[in-house]
Amino acid sequence: MNLTLKIWRQKGPKDKGSMVDYKVSDISEHMSFLEMMDVLNEQLISEGKEPVAFDHDCREGICGSCSMFINGEAHGPDRGITTCQLHMRMFKDGDTITIEPFRAKAFPVIKDLVVDRSSFDRIQHAGGYISVNTYGNTQDANAIPISKYAADEAMDAATCIGCGACVASCKNASAMLFVGAKVSQYALLPQGRIEAVDRVKNMVAQMDLEGFGNCTNTGACEIECPKGISLENIARMNREYLSANIKD
Amino acid sequence: MSANIIDQCVAQGVPFARDYGGLLDNRSFGGVLVSRTFYAKGQTGQQLLLGAYSAMNRQIARGKITPFNRHEMLDIVKVDGKARGIIARDLVTGKLERHSAHAVVIASGGYGNVYFLSTNAMGSNATAAWKIHKKGAFFANPCYTQIHPTCIPRSGDYQSKLTLMSESLRNDGRIWVPKNIEDVKAIREGHKKPTDLSEDERDYYLERRYPAFGNLVPRDVASRAAKERCDAGYGVNATGEAVYLDFASAITRYGKEQAKIHGIQNPTDAKIYELGKGIVEAKYGNLFQMYEKIVDENPYETPMMIYPAVHYTMGGIWVDYNLMTTIPGCYAIGEANFSDHGANRLGASALMQGLADGYFVLPYTIGDYLSHEIRTGKIPTDTPEFEEAEKSVKDRIDFFINNKGSHSVDYYHKRLGNIMWNKCGMSRNAEGLKEAAAEIKALREDFYKNVSVPGSADELNSELEKAGRVADFLELGELFAKDALVREESCGGHFREESVEEDGEQKGEAKRNDAEFAFVSAWEFKGEPSDAVLHKEQLEFNEIELKQRSYK
Repeated sequence: MNLTLKIWRQKGPKDKGSMVDYKVSDISEHMSFLEMMDVLNEQLISEGKEPVAFDHDCREGICGSCSMFINGEAHGPDRGITTCQLHMRMFKDGDTITIEPFRAKAFPVIKDLVVDRSSFDRIQHAGGYISVNTYGNTQDANAIPISKYAADEAMDAATCIGCGACVASCKNASAMLFVGAKVSQYALLPQGRIEAVDRVKNMVAQMDLEGFGNCTNTGACEIECPKGISLENIARMNREYLSANIKD
Repeated sequence: MSANIIDQCVAQGVPFARDYGGLLDNRSFGGVLVSRTFYAKGQTGQQLLLGAYSAMNRQIARGKITPFNRHEMLDIVKVDGKARGIIARDLVTGKLERHSAHAVVIASGGYGNVYFLSTNAMGSNATAAWKIHKKGAFFANPCYTQIHPTCIPRSGDYQSKLTLMSESLRNDGRIWVPKNIEDVKAIREGHKKPTDLSEDERDYYLERRYPAFGNLVPRDVASRAAKERCDAGYGVNATGEAVYLDFASAITRYGKEQAKIHGIQNPTDAKIYELGKGIVEAKYGNLFQMYEKIVDENPYETPMMIYPAVHYTMGGIWVDYNLMTTIPGCYAIGEANFSDHGANRLGASALMQGLADGYFVLPYTIGDYLSHEIRTGKIPTDTPEFEEAEKSVKDRIDFFINNKGSHSVDYYHKRLGNIMWNKCGMSRNAEGLKEAAAEIKALREDFYKNVSVPGSADELNSELEKAGRVADFLELGELFAKDALVREESCGGHFREESVEEDGEQKGEAKRNDAEFAFVSAWEFKGEPSDAVLHKEQLEFNEIELKQRSYK
């Protein structure tokens, strides 16, 4: 198929940036979206032009780095996937595809489609862990039985890959689905309960400090989340946050 | 050791699967016959990584670790023979940085991307390991590569990477190709579907050849068996490089079990299917969804297609029992080193190694080295050693930027990958390996003449990053072929066509030569890969008898 691409080009963090049109031809429907971008970049290099910068690494939907906003949707027009798992069979010959970086105050653009998502890292530094040393002298893992239901629910929250699609999809650029998933994973497990109060307070404080917006229960994040993280995690985080502050 | 690791990870909040009694659940895995593997859905490795990442976050919060995101290590700096720091490039600004230290630890993973197509992440590369090799660290067993049997087959020339379907699928999936070549043709031409074939018309070749282990034979055996069937013309997709992984009997088996549990008398086939599908979905749902997105077929209804792909490199930087390389003060951990797995690696043991090296070994052994450095003080970076290392890094970057050639970096990387896959892949022979070494050398020379890197050195420039990495792969690939040529035996992931069992029950299987090859090949860099000098470290077996395993 032949396609027209409208791609956000921005030389660096301080550059103003603009949309630029490109044409690609003979695109196979079996290609992944990023393989189509590879074809475009090879074409640009052969024409002596600069290729489009975009983040990517695992190309199997687990690293969360391919942060593209395609035709107005984070990771494009399909559900339960990242951009690298989006296939060209979702498009048809003659289509015009708009490709932008994830837009949020807390995700500044570095270049073209590459954004800086280190604000997510800093939220996790604030409390996305259990305080245990890695010296191997921990107690027997079976000493604390964990109900299968709690373990499964924690597992569902733990599948969050921190890609930021929730932020990009939210009209408020809220990170509450991401933070909710991290808070929930630990809050649901007995070993994480011990410091649950400090964790939720510290992570929420850092989230606000980074400039993410608030949740107004639209639910766009849940729909666009490649890992199907549920809004229940936001509710759980709010409950944790409220009870943590009452306890003070 | 592995029990400690599970305890540690559970304490960190890794959500391992639990049974209804609240204890940790187990399942079986490739290469073993009993259920003894702990798991977190089909993403155990990912969850262990996130667990390690959370432990690191805690140390960052306490100021014990300073992270340098978007930085690449481009050389090691030695002072008086000891590792004393690195030169790194800030990938956003392009600025070169000097970092000094009392010790340097390389934890940069394996070199599977020397094949261009692999299951490794796109950014994964050998540069850090190769740089220390060039400064004196021996590189051990480069030819030991693991080619994983359960990957999604390639679909075209534009393919950028291969996707691994978790090994766990082999627990419940049965691998087969059609028995009759006519059925293969009919399937390829779309006249027949795999589900049209009766049990009699299918060749469950792993169960046929290895009745004891069946679909759970080790990865190298399963991969070669798939290649054998496809080379014989029985591959089931257009490229002829795919076999089926079928879940139909697992769905039926689980469905019957569930019907019993729920007290359903004389369940219909539809009910059995529904119940069984539920269990398979709970176990592998995410993998099935991933497959469907890529291939556009529903694996609950039609068998998956799989083919082997490069997944892991057992070879790597040689280290001693303290994980120190042959450069004093320079350590290598995880897949970057050569230890633990020998010529083959069994399921889940990369996770074991990565976590054990980082959590339980290095923290204790590095202290011994550092104890002698307690009075050394801060190491200055304005010394000739740092000056010189930075200059050589800068010269190379400038070379790439100014080399206005005619081919992209990927053009060379794909060519290198082709040579590696065809001549240093699942089976190797002396003639092919000699050709590979010569072809890689010629390709490297062409690369330096004609590679084109757009953009500048002082910005985010992914082509520049790739150029440096491919330049290193072009050297490593040649050493790889040289190592594979020297090892004239078949051993684990290294299969030499000249070394197979001639007769008896094991006819056609890999033949090891312990009398002559029970050693580690540790290569010392001498300027060109072809000049590398071999050091042999003899392997001694005291507690166990050295013998070949049979999976028959």
